[in-house]
Amino acid sequence: MPFHSLIGSHSYRFDDLRTLLAKATPARSGDYLAGIGAASNEERVAAQWALAEVPLAHFLQEAVIPYEEDEVTRLILDSHDREAFAPVAHFTVGELRNWLLASADSAALAALRPGLTPEMAAAVSKLMRVQDLISVARKCRVTTAFRNRIGLPGRFSTRLQPNHPTDDVAGIAASIIDGLLYGSGDAVIGINPASDNVQAVIRLNHLLEDVIRRFSIPTQGCVLTHVSTTLEAIARGAPVDLCFQSIAGTQAANTGFGIDLALLREAQQATAALGRGTLGNNVMYFETGQGSALSAGAHHGVDQQTLEARAYAVARAFEPLLVNTVVGFIGPEYLYDGKQIARAALEDHFCGKLLGLPMGCDICYTNHAEADQDDMDALLTQFAVAGGSFIMGVPGADDIMLNYQSTSFHDALYIREVLGLRPAPEFERWLLEQGIFDDSGRLVTGESPPPALAAQLKLTGGTA
Amino acid sequence: MSDITRNRWDSLRQYTPARIATGRVGHAQPTRAQLQFQLDHARARDAVWHPLDSAQLAERLLKLGPPVLRVNSEVSDRAQYLQRPDLGRRLARADRSRLESAVGAAGAADVAIAVVDGLSSIAVETHAAPLLERLLPALRDNGLKLAPLSIVAQGRVAIGDEIGEALGARLSLVLIGERPGLSSPDSLGLYLTFGPRRGRVDAERNCVSNIRPPHGLDYERAVETCLYLCRNALQRRLSGVQLKDDSVVVDSPRTQRVPFFRDTRGRG
Repeated sequence: MPFHSLIGSHSYRFDDLRTLLAKATPARSGDYLAGIGAASNEERVAAQWALAEVPLAHFLQEAVIPYEEDEVTRLILDSHDREAFAPVAHFTVGELRNWLLASADSAALAALRPGLTPEMAAAVSKLMRVQDLISVARKCRVTTAFRNRIGLPGRFSTRLQPNHPTDDVAGIAASIIDGLLYGSGDAVIGINPASDNVQAVIRLNHLLEDVIRRFSIPTQGCVLTHVSTTLEAIARGAPVDLCFQSIAGTQAANTGFGIDLALLREAQQATAALGRGTLGNNVMYFETGQGSALSAGAHHGVDQQTLEARAYAVARAFEPLLVNTVVGFIGPEYLYDGKQIARAALEDHFCGKLLGLPMGCDICYTNHAEADQDDMDALLTQFAVAGGSFIMGVPGADDIMLNYQSTSFHDALYIREVLGLRPAPEFERWLLEQGIFDDSGRLVTGESPPPALAAQLKLTGGTA
Repeated sequence: MSDITRNRWDSLRQYTPARIATGRVGHAQPTRAQLQFQLDHARARDAVWHPLDSAQLAERLLKLGPPVLRVNSEVSDRAQYLQRPDLGRRLARADRSRLESAVGAAGAADVAIAVVDGLSSIAVETHAAPLLERLLPALRDNGLKLAPLSIVAQGRVAIGDEIGEALGARLSLVLIGERPGLSSPDSLGLYLTFGPRRGRVDAERNCVSNIRPPHGLDYERAVETCLYLCRNALQRRLSGVQLKDDSVVVDSPRTQRVPFFRDTRGRG
């Protein structure tokens, strides 16, 4: 169905919903690479005017990728809850924005989740400024649990990311110890392995179990390898807490990742069956990022932000503990600079939270993007004000295996300090017992590791 | 009293190049660690934006024997290069004809080598010439016939497909500046593709990565691996995933001790 917008004497026409969504998207390099971005600034706003007038109910009539061709579309439409949708069913996209900002409270937002499709969330985000994305996301409450609880009000968690270029166990353990001494690791201790060799993956799972048991840490571990490798590791008896997978918003892109919904279901069931959670059994850890579908040649002419929101429909079907948008990793051909990266991160967080997901963000950039530490500091501050669930903790912000810059252990301390945020309560108690934090939530680790931890370590040269 | 809280677990640095035990001032990194980071980032940025000095590189490569051609992709400037990888994979049209006419009477070659700026011209300026000084004689000793060398500005890996095709070579080797890491601004990659032609996909290539002595792979090892791949690709008439399958898989132990963890009985 075509959409029209009259701006002055110029009439703009948009052939269908996916075209309208693409043209209405704030400028980003990936949509231009795909050849679907607005041709002018005026055309972009004309599309936003037209999009604001589209009834939400229309999104249930016109799929951006045909139902018959794509299992993600089928998942979205088949699981849509009309009863939950009822309170907003009479709204246009523009009216949804007004309601989200003026009237919706946390309870109403939680009740709405199964009634919203990702395309609706993406559409309204395209009409919103950064402050709108922040203030609505801040009202969304999403809590998940495994050995601790992620996403409680006033809490802000970190994934400890101790990667090493050759998966050297001692090297990884050294970064883990450093991170723990800086109070990092309540979301997960998560290793990106350099190798997808199943034996190497099993070895890293044993390392994580050893660390978590040795120091009695109320947290969970994860080796971020392909879901099929994790399944194989489970079959061989590996101690797997969380099952990781990268996911995207189209069936074809997921095929490129070597997955489909059935495989994810199998992985969720196999991991949950291990019963290793103590406070909850959210066992999945997903990563996403705008541009992944285009990168796989599987975007169907749909803009990258709408496709990212569709990946959240995949995620929420599996009740994940953590969902992480790895926003700046993909490179400048998708998000060119600090401005595009920051806007994308806040859109992703907003859409994910609106759809009910425990959204974290890998606040990051590569060296060929037009971005630097100042951009990351600004985004980190905005993301935490928006109520983000977790960020990464990488030694010195420099991931020596993946070759990009993320947030450091120090960065997490900064944001907790300026906004009065605390780690997950169970992890916070552990930090207090260890003498890493004091009861006002400040880091108190001195020059040497505190005694309880030091007793477990053999350190040379002046320590302990 | 110093404002800096140092970390006396810095002995752990022997196990990893990660930026651990940096210490802190309040909750921030101490000035020295902060400036070291800024310096490393500045170098990585410069590596991306520094334009390749093709003329100077051509002069150095001419001494190695084969004719040298300087060509461009369809990219017009660096900002476009970063946003349009599709254009960086294609040769400028005029340059394609130049390559085709360079084949001339000499006939088809076995190996077409392209030296491409990629994301780090610094890597190319530092490592391409010394690597080729060792690689070219080794290829000749193996009886392989070389096409003219090309030096490519604003190119991506796949541009080697079109170059190899235009030169009618049986396989292409692309030496290209890799995406700079914070601590590795000058890393050179080498990509081998059998039967180069437009439309090849990444799964059909083999890669020798992180060539950057003294920190990464040294030239001798890179040449050795490259020769192994060339011989096998030409013999088996393929490259990529299937070629890689022959590599040796080292069986690793189920667990591995962490040398700085104390032994604890009855655990893990």
